[in-house]
Amino acid sequence: MDRPIRVLVAKPGLDGHDRGAKVIARSLRDAGMEVIYTGLRQTPEQIVAASIQEDVDVVAMSILSGAHNHLFPKVVRLLKEEGVDDVLILGGGVIPEEDIPGLLEAGIKAIFTPGTPTTEVIEFIKANIIRK
Amino acid sequence: MLDLDIEKRLLESDKRACARLISMLENNDEKAIDIIKHLFYKTGNAYVIGITGSPGSGKSTLTDRLTKALRKQDKKVGIIAVDPTSPFSGGAILGDRIRMNDLALDKDVFIRSMGTRGFLGGISKATWGAVKVLDLYGCDYIFIETVGVGQSEIDIVKMADTVLMVMIPNMGDDIQAIKAGIMEIADVFAINKSDLDGADKTQVEIEMNLDLNEKEDYRPPVVQVSALKNDSIDLLLEKLELHKKFLIDTDKLHEIRRRNLRVEIVQLVEEELLKIIMDRANEDDILDELSERVARREEDPYSAKEKIISLIKKD
Amino acid sequence: MSDKKKLDHLSSSFEDWEDNKVEKLLDKFPERKKVFSTGSDKEVKRLYTPLNIENMDYEEDLGFPGEYPYTRGVQPTMYRGRFWTMRQYAGFATAEESNKRYKYLLDQGQTGLSVAFDLPTQIGYDSDHSLSEGEVGKVGVAIDSLRDMEVLFDGIPMDKVSTSMTINAPASVLLAMYIVVAEKQGVAANKLRGTIQNDILKEYIARGTYIFPPEESMRLITNIFEYCSKEVPQWNTISISGYHIREAGSTAAQEVAFTLADGIAYVEAAIKAGLDVDDFGPRLSFFFNAHNDLLEEISKYRAARRLWAKIMKERFHAKKEKSMQLKFHTQTAGSTLTAQQPDNNIVRVAIQTLAAVLGGTQSLHTNSRDEALALPTEDSVKIALRTQQIVAYESGVTQTIDPLAGSYYIESLTNSIEEEAMDYIKKIDNLGGATKAIEKGFIQKEIQNSAYKYQMQIESLEQIVVGVNKFQVKETGSRELLRVDPHVEILQRKKLQKLRENRDNEAVNKALEILKAKAETDENLMPYIVDAVREYATLGEICGELREVFGEYEQTVIL
Repeated sequence: MDRPIRVLVAKPGLDGHDRGAKVIARSLRDAGMEVIYTGLRQTPEQIVAASIQEDVDVVAMSILSGAHNHLFPKVVRLLKEEGVDDVLILGGGVIPEEDIPGLLEAGIKAIFTPGTPTTEVIEFIKANIIRK
Repeated sequence: MLDLDIEKRLLESDKRACARLISMLENNDEKAIDIIKHLFYKTGNAYVIGITGSPGSGKSTLTDRLTKALRKQDKKVGIIAVDPTSPFSGGAILGDRIRMNDLALDKDVFIRSMGTRGFLGGISKATWGAVKVLDLYGCDYIFIETVGVGQSEIDIVKMADTVLMVMIPNMGDDIQAIKAGIMEIADVFAINKSDLDGADKTQVEIEMNLDLNEKEDYRPPVVQVSALKNDSIDLLLEKLELHKKFLIDTDKLHEIRRRNLRVEIVQLVEEELLKIIMDRANEDDILDELSERVARREEDPYSAKEKIISLIKKD
Repeated sequence: MSDKKKLDHLSSSFEDWEDNKVEKLLDKFPERKKVFSTGSDKEVKRLYTPLNIENMDYEEDLGFPGEYPYTRGVQPTMYRGRFWTMRQYAGFATAEESNKRYKYLLDQGQTGLSVAFDLPTQIGYDSDHSLSEGEVGKVGVAIDSLRDMEVLFDGIPMDKVSTSMTINAPASVLLAMYIVVAEKQGVAANKLRGTIQNDILKEYIARGTYIFPPEESMRLITNIFEYCSKEVPQWNTISISGYHIREAGSTAAQEVAFTLADGIAYVEAAIKAGLDVDDFGPRLSFFFNAHNDLLEEISKYRAARRLWAKIMKERFHAKKEKSMQLKFHTQTAGSTLTAQQPDNNIVRVAIQTLAAVLGGTQSLHTNSRDEALALPTEDSVKIALRTQQIVAYESGVTQTIDPLAGSYYIESLTNSIEEEAMDYIKKIDNLGGATKAIEKGFIQKEIQNSAYKYQMQIESLEQIVVGVNKFQVKETGSRELLRVDPHVEILQRKKLQKLRENRDNEAVNKALEILKAKAETDENLMPYIVDAVREYATLGEICGELREVFGEYEQTVIL
């Protein structure tokens, strides 16, 4: 691929813990990707609007507040409704093991829990983006 | 699936088509270039305002406020926010959307973040393409918000109809700008964060400098604003509109656009020629060889150049 | 021999030891690393001797516990008199369930309450606000009105138990609710003991639950200082926090520096608002992190105490002793706990507890082993509490005050952290103070850089995290975790509906109107907030009025 991968790093909901999101954003930048970071308190609608306008390859969301079961699938659903089918959707944060199958089924391609090295996230993205 | 009738959907103001086409142009996709060729005659309706200034001067917030003011007039607005690409990794953090969160859901606002992708002028080559796409998408106004660091800001001039320079009080900006010759490129000056001490002093310094470089028919206005507090935004918009009117009334707009397009044409030609030449040089693998010879003082750079150019002449 | 001569002799003996004994050994057996560093990336030398602290003066630099500069502690008897307050942060789902958990913890020997609110409550939204979707009751208890607060403290003697509330932007409202609930229990406001976090600057820096812009937020904060100094004199009106700054990735010295810089900003704001430093000074409290590097953490607390004492005395000319004493609550570092092999976290927390205790904390929350997975189960939180109790009763470290004083390493590290923090504070002063520094993104950038550096150290295996990048196992099966019933949201919405039907809406509207009008003036808003709360105006309604007058904070992010 001779173009930079474009990633939207988003913090849905009211959770204000952005250390992880910022570390990921920087590491993706250092891996040659263009990272659109929209800050805190994004509604699912805002995330979807940004994904479309920025024509991203990846939407990476981070939640530590426990609201992931509600917010992640909502973003997936809204993207689908807008006809977006070529975006890799990822999630991370404080997410119990039991919740992961449900999220994957809802359309999140992978969940990265605490302790995941940034290199793993980068490799996963490179290997799994849909548009080359 | 998206690529089919992307042209038609763009003209119908479909956001996904617009976004995709901008990406395709950014990546030098031939199909996209064809579409632009096809539709170029329709462009020219959007009015392009370049917003430049040092990091931290509040450009993004100001862009957000100006857009909101235009929205009150029911205008459709496009925003291109450019941030620097890392020369080491080729990646970028594009964070200007953060200051424009309210606009994300406005159906008549389109915001696109772009990296400079190796270009030094504070904007990327793809910005030219994005402006055309947003024009075809139906924008009445397009803001290009750039990283402005010293001399580089000069390039925003070649893409915009009106250039707005944003400064803040007391940051020595005024002195730096005067030194760097940037004062001459701005059509309107905004002193943002006007609630800070020194705003009046900065205004006086700018005005003094403008006195020295008096242009005969137009004098750039200097407006104190506070983007954060929503202060004097309408006044600033007024001044921008006044410049627009001035350009239209004196037919200068056509001149400026012609000049800008000339620069674009030259840029495109330069790029293509360079590509042709370097591809050819790489074919014959002579560049490395020549560089080595020159380094060993067995050849000089000028003769090396002649050797490469002659490859093309031969063809 | 004179002291100087002794030191010279020592210096040359030390060199001898290094050149002969050490070098010889290094040739055969190199050390494990080229450079050893603390958790905060400060170089750690092989050995510390009197040479490292040769300029120290006991009385000037250390002093006695309870005496300026309080390096060794703020009370003369410390834990010999009374242990630190064991105060576990708790709260989730509904007020009823949280009330149950509080009673459980008090039964198990906890000595103070600490209330965790959910995100909508922390950000001033009712449970039925659109932005509250999916968040109600998840990270803390949902409090929409006085009614919920009454349930939260039902059966809990508010004159006997001190309560810490982790609430910032809407602290005024929750405090007002607490006061009115106590009133209904028959407890006068001047008997109430507790703390509200009320530290908005760190919200902008690291925690994110802000509502209003800085100036307006400072107004509310100073309103609370003033109100409490008269009406609720035993209340700690602010807990100036470094915990979250550290959790966001800062180093130990940065934690001290940015926290104290925030403290300076609050003191300046209060003085500007016309308050006397000795009127609110004694009621300022702090909140620090207890991280992994035991010795660095102990040094950190001592450095913070000494530095703050100097700042209050020399910069703000405080006269009262209590104004110069840095008293603090500590929480063990959540971000160090792993999702992998969670039982290991019990050990981590034990070490961090030791750090806080040897550092002289006044109150402590220990994290539970399931920290990286969910809110704690009853079992997990019990173990966390027992950790404190074991250190208190079995380890012996509480029998004498500041036992590590005099250690060449500890004193040396205390000095260097104080120095580094002072440097940062000077830089922040030059930028115009903490508020300006935050606006410019200076503090956030420093923290982000440290955070990124640390992550890269973990990924390069320079920093080992047991179970994560070394000694991993294939994680098996699920464990018992606390789940917050999603029906909580529905329940709260129903409660709100009922509340709105049953209260005197005319009185509510009147109170809100008055509050809004007063917000446009310079008057202290606390009495009007108390009035509104008493009529059962909801948190969302009250904050809504203030949002209209004050506007909302717009985030600055510089990556």
